[in-house]
Amino acid sequence: MQNGNAKYIWELLNTVPDPEIPVISVVELGVIRNISFANKSYTISITPTYSGCPAVKTFMDDIKSCLKENGIRNFQLKLVYSPAWTTEWMTEETKEKLKKYGIAPPSDTVICPQCDSKKTELISEFGATACKALYKCSDCLEPFEFFKCI
Amino acid sequence: MSSLFTYTLRIADSSLILGQRMSEWCSKGPTLEEDIAMSNISLDLFGQANGFYEYASQLDGSKSADELAFRRNEREFFNHQLAEQENGNFGTTTVRNFLHDVFNFLFYTQLSSRKDETLSALAAKSLKEVKYHLRHSTNWLIRLGDGTKESNIKVQVALDLLWQYTAELFEMDKIDTELLNAGIAVDNKALKIEWDKIVNSTLKKAKLNRPEDGYMATGGKKGIHTEFLGFLLAEMQFLQRAYPDAKW
Repeated sequence: MQNGNAKYIWELLNTVPDPEIPVISVVELGVIRNISFANKSYTISITPTYSGCPAVKTFMDDIKSCLKENGIRNFQLKLVYSPAWTTEWMTEETKEKLKKYGIAPPSDTVICPQCDSKKTELISEFGATACKALYKCSDCLEPFEFFKCI
Repeated sequence: MSSLFTYTLRIADSSLILGQRMSEWCSKGPTLEEDIAMSNISLDLFGQANGFYEYASQLDGSKSADELAFRRNEREFFNHQLAEQENGNFGTTTVRNFLHDVFNFLFYTQLSSRKDETLSALAAKSLKEVKYHLRHSTNWLIRLGDGTKESNIKVQVALDLLWQYTAELFEMDKIDTELLNAGIAVDNKALKIEWDKIVNSTLKKAKLNRPEDGYMATGGKKGIHTEFLGFLLAEMQFLQRAYPDAKW
């Protein structure tokens, strides 16, 4: 590990689930911005999703324990604000996982995750977590959560 | 205290105090959706405040972000007086937040392209959230103003009451001017034109009358506040004052 193995750290972090949406990892969420190695230590740059999201503190603790459990002790977590987190960093694969979990993934057209209908209606721009809005499907009439575009 | 420290603290204070006001709605919202909305907005504002406090703490070096939030007295807070005004009814909260959200939207838009890298990054982040806060307060202002006779009267009364706290938003003091010349601060005065445009067009849609400028309050930047801030701080700071360094 003389030169560090950032790829290995990425792989480890990809096993740390988002505390509120456990089907996706913190890497898939896009909050891990960079992993560098210098002076025998890793620096992991993390960006918050929403300024006040309480999950940020939780997943930072989860990342620390994951690394420690895997024998990595020489690291530091650095909070970075620029560029600001955006749902545009989310891959198609991650969006598919959200959909299967019952959350409509971020997109210009809000599609019902139950019946794929495009006839959906906003109930509230605010939901159970900072990143979600409440919608209702006009076809199957099921209410659902939408991962907001930001 | 450096000018940059004070400037950063002022931004943090307005976010924290407005955030605390919004948190007072938690479990008391008029509908479940609104309760969730206002608690979410509160959380965003606390998060924004935290970012600015952390930066202020780095600049100052002697106090942590928590100490800045919980161990300063009323006269040491530099928030806009508008932010500390009581929630009143849902219409009063809507008006207060709308007036502040328009300002925040314009302010962060400008700050996000200024020279200080941390301030501009925090501004760009905050702006994303302030945009939907503004959409929320605008929609409600129109719905209530252009709603029933009763709801129209309530928001008009709130508007007439809170108008006196709007002039302060655009004030420039020595610190603002010094940092504006250094390319760091926003020219608050210059924001007034755009603020007027947005406020006027929304009030028109909401069938509300723009109040005349009468007595206009001032003092937030110097730590002078209305009677409401002391009570707010007493509640917000109680735990950390009674049990210093208490942890969850």
